[in-house]
Amino acid sequence: MSARENNRQKLLTRRAALLAGGQAVLGGALAARMYQLQILDRDKYAVMAEENRISVRLLTPPRGRILDRFGAALADNRPNYRVVVVPEQAGNLEGTLNAIAKLIEVAEADRRRIMRDVQRKHAFVPLVVRANLSWQEMARIEVAMPELPGVAIEQGLIREYPYGTGASHVLGYVAPVSEKELTGDPLLELPDFRIGKNGVEKALDPQLRGGAGTSQVEVNAFGRVVREIATTPGQPGREIVLSLDAALQEFVVKRCSVEQSLSCVVLDALTGDVLAMVSSPSFDPTQFATGLTPALWQELSTDPRNPLTDKVIAGVYPPGSTFKPVVALAALEAGAMTPDTSVGCPGYFSLGNATFHCWRKEGHGAMRLHDGIKKSCDVYFYETARRVGIDRIAAMARKLGFGSPVGLDIPGERGGTIPDRERQAALTGVAWQPGETLIAGIGQGSVTATPIQLATMAARLVTGRAVVPRLFRPEGRLAPGGDVRTPSFPELGINPRWLALVLDGMNAVVNEQGGTAYAARITDPAMAMGGKSGTSQVRRISAAEREHGIRKGTAVPWKERDHALFISFGPVNAPRYVCAVVVEHGGESGGGGSAVAAPICRDVLTETQKRDPARRVPQPAIAENAPATQSAPPPTRSDPRRG
Amino acid sequence: MASLSVDIGQRRLSLADKLRGIQWGLVILIAAISGIGFAMLYSAANGSLQPWASRQMTRFAMAFVPMLIVALVDIRHWFRSAYWIYAVALVLVVAVDLRGFVGMGAQRWIDLGVIQLQPSEIMTIGLVLALARYFHCVPNENVGRISRLIPPVMMIMIPVALVLKQPDLGTAMLLLASGAILCFLGGVKLRMFALAAATAGIAAPIAWRFLRDYQKTRLYTFLDPEQDPLGAGYHITQSKIALGSGGVFGKGFLLGTQTHLSFLPEKQTDFIFTMIAEEFGLVGGLILLGLYVVVIGYAFSIALRSRSLFGRLLGLGIAASFFLYAFINIAMVMGLIPVVGVPLPLISYGGTAMITMMLGFGLLMNVGVHRDVRISRRGESELG
Repeated sequence: MSARENNRQKLLTRRAALLAGGQAVLGGALAARMYQLQILDRDKYAVMAEENRISVRLLTPPRGRILDRFGAALADNRPNYRVVVVPEQAGNLEGTLNAIAKLIEVAEADRRRIMRDVQRKHAFVPLVVRANLSWQEMARIEVAMPELPGVAIEQGLIREYPYGTGASHVLGYVAPVSEKELTGDPLLELPDFRIGKNGVEKALDPQLRGGAGTSQVEVNAFGRVVREIATTPGQPGREIVLSLDAALQEFVVKRCSVEQSLSCVVLDALTGDVLAMVSSPSFDPTQFATGLTPALWQELSTDPRNPLTDKVIAGVYPPGSTFKPVVALAALEAGAMTPDTSVGCPGYFSLGNATFHCWRKEGHGAMRLHDGIKKSCDVYFYETARRVGIDRIAAMARKLGFGSPVGLDIPGERGGTIPDRERQAALTGVAWQPGETLIAGIGQGSVTATPIQLATMAARLVTGRAVVPRLFRPEGRLAPGGDVRTPSFPELGINPRWLALVLDGMNAVVNEQGGTAYAARITDPAMAMGGKSGTSQVRRISAAEREHGIRKGTAVPWKERDHALFISFGPVNAPRYVCAVVVEHGGESGGGGSAVAAPICRDVLTETQKRDPARRVPQPAIAENAPATQSAPPPTRSDPRRG
Repeated sequence: MASLSVDIGQRRLSLADKLRGIQWGLVILIAAISGIGFAMLYSAANGSLQPWASRQMTRFAMAFVPMLIVALVDIRHWFRSAYWIYAVALVLVVAVDLRGFVGMGAQRWIDLGVIQLQPSEIMTIGLVLALARYFHCVPNENVGRISRLIPPVMMIMIPVALVLKQPDLGTAMLLLASGAILCFLGGVKLRMFALAAATAGIAAPIAWRFLRDYQKTRLYTFLDPEQDPLGAGYHITQSKIALGSGGVFGKGFLLGTQTHLSFLPEKQTDFIFTMIAEEFGLVGGLILLGLYVVVIGYAFSIALRSRSLFGRLLGLGIAASFFLYAFINIAMVMGLIPVVGVPLPLISYGGTAMITMMLGFGLLMNVGVHRDVRISRRGESELG
């Protein structure tokens, strides 16, 4: 071996050693990196690995039921079945959809949505083909399922309202959460979560909602659930008991269906419990929960009769003659009138240059308090109002519940307006005119009120206490024999003598011959009612019309007809229930409060007293069974008389 | 096939001598590392021999006997055919451009029916053989001349350019590094390397323009993987999470959450080391690293005991490329270098890689078996 050869070998050996050294350094770098990742940063990466694999999913809790005072469900949860398809199991999705379409109806829009979703979502995510399956439809799918790979039926809960349109304004409805309702609570972001949008559903949404359950699942990189690790069941929403009597509500709905647009409310005058509360026409809240078609929404929102508005609390009307008890009480309290003060009614009343007409052109003759209320003489109340003045009328009105919301705990309640001089000056800057006091004295002009305020007034008149209506019964269902503890309201501080006189006048309205609502009296003396009729103008009556006689009934367009009102209480000798009815635009006949509204009050109060929901718990068969099958008595009408 | 026995001087090396001369310890090491691979492929398939482990075992078995045959064939036969093997590999590399089909976004495969051949991997052996022969033949006094450097540089750069064009950045890096190491061992002056480095520095901006978008993205991603954790940085981020969460002792065999829930991509091929480190922790990773060190140490000792320059260069070259494969792969999955797609030797699932590796070890054993055979510049036996 040559020296050169030897040198070269030495060079190679040297360089091989260098190479080995370099490799050792690099190998050491690998070991150091492993040390860094697996020892130093281990905790950080361990957390990241857990976050990767564990996904917490929220479970929608069942929404609390809403019950009536006896425990009948007004809002319930019904299983809702939907057919879903898992694309990766279905294989040929188009073919599967065709097969499903042979069994049940599949809309073209749904089909397009599925074909679009399948592009965007993972193939293992179930796609809803159709929700709200009927039993027959479900059965057809179930039978065919062996031949339909990837097709499954899923169950969810859907809000159901057994009384349909009957209590929709009180209950409101639920619908998917809108963008601006999101609070950051992840429960609200669940696709099948529904939020209360109106009525009780909205007012008590936090209690009804319940708490979300959680399901910890292990997911893979594609989001597919590999297994469930732990499940915490959700907290179901609280059950809410309302003061309503579902069967009475049902009765009122039926009774009211004869008129185009009205509101009717029945209160327990002692407790303030709202026993029935109907605004007609109505809507079906279930349709909101399952999804409203644009056409139906259009129809509901443009109907001049406002089916979406709860007119009991949000309908604002001039109270007309139903306001007269307020004026009478204000005058008696102020000493401006005595029960025996006599006012002559020639059919009109002059103040300065202006003439104010009585509803009865020919006049009533000499009127005292009793007859003034009984015959609803406008001139008597012009004079009474003139004497007592607007400010004291307003104070009494507010005491009896007018001028601001009565505080029913559902959204949308309006306050109406009670004018006085100060208010008028502040609002318009124009001084109050004496003539306006006269107009206010018969419940017209800027005096407005809601039906719930009218009922509240009636309840306060019969009890002398500041009764506040309530829809919720925090104490739960009614105990057999009636509540032991009832809410006690403070005294109004009105002289009971004056109250008795006014109630006596209201008794005469119904039960004495010549009273404006005598035709609508309840003949059973144990259930006899007292009341006050009212007809409120929607538009001014022109001089020409007065000259030629006021056009009656159907000659006037519906929207321009007068409103017919009636407030009532019963039984007249020991009042417990009060009822207020406002028929928008006088109903079909165009008649006044005594002709149109009073018969409804009569029938409703009769039924209320028969059922006696303040004291008597009906038989379970009636309480538990949904819609009772009482038929409304045929509406009876007497000659239209103005009240 | 050349004769399986050979004369060395007076002593004739019989087949039995040769079989005795095989480093059975190395064979056992290779089998052990491959065994780890089978276990990990079993785990990668969520505890199933299908689809990877069983096929990998079959390949190992099929490559085992050829490995021994390669070890037993007269070393001078390999010396004489070194350039031919290189030429055939080069033709195959060219062929993938012509009739290869697209796999993994790159044209790297030739479908031979039985296996899908990846010629760029065969090329690593061809290059080592050819360079070993070249430096063996260059007279000692001429090795420093620039004119003598042109052939080896061509031998390196032609396949590197072709493989880069496929485009397979990882294998190109590997070929370049293996070639450079052989030049270094072959005695090329250090200033030549400095010159080459300077040239590369100037050429790099030009080469950048030839990189594919995904390769550029990978380089960007390497520099800042958190930039795009759900896009291109996803692989490396998930790999680091898997490694880090493995801790000291790992999560246990078949219990790696990152791998079994598919957060870790390519777990049966390029990212298999991550899975080992996740399921067996730092301890498992270091054991594998240790096994690799022992194999490389074995290779160095075999190579340095060879009497022929060809044998030493061949042995060291194979050791070096084995090291490079392992280093590039492990450094890649740990986020030390860009994701370039180099398999973990003997463990990653893949036919060509397994066969190439086994044949490489066959040549290494061949060097050991024929350590006393001297080879003339023309490939004749010389008396020792």
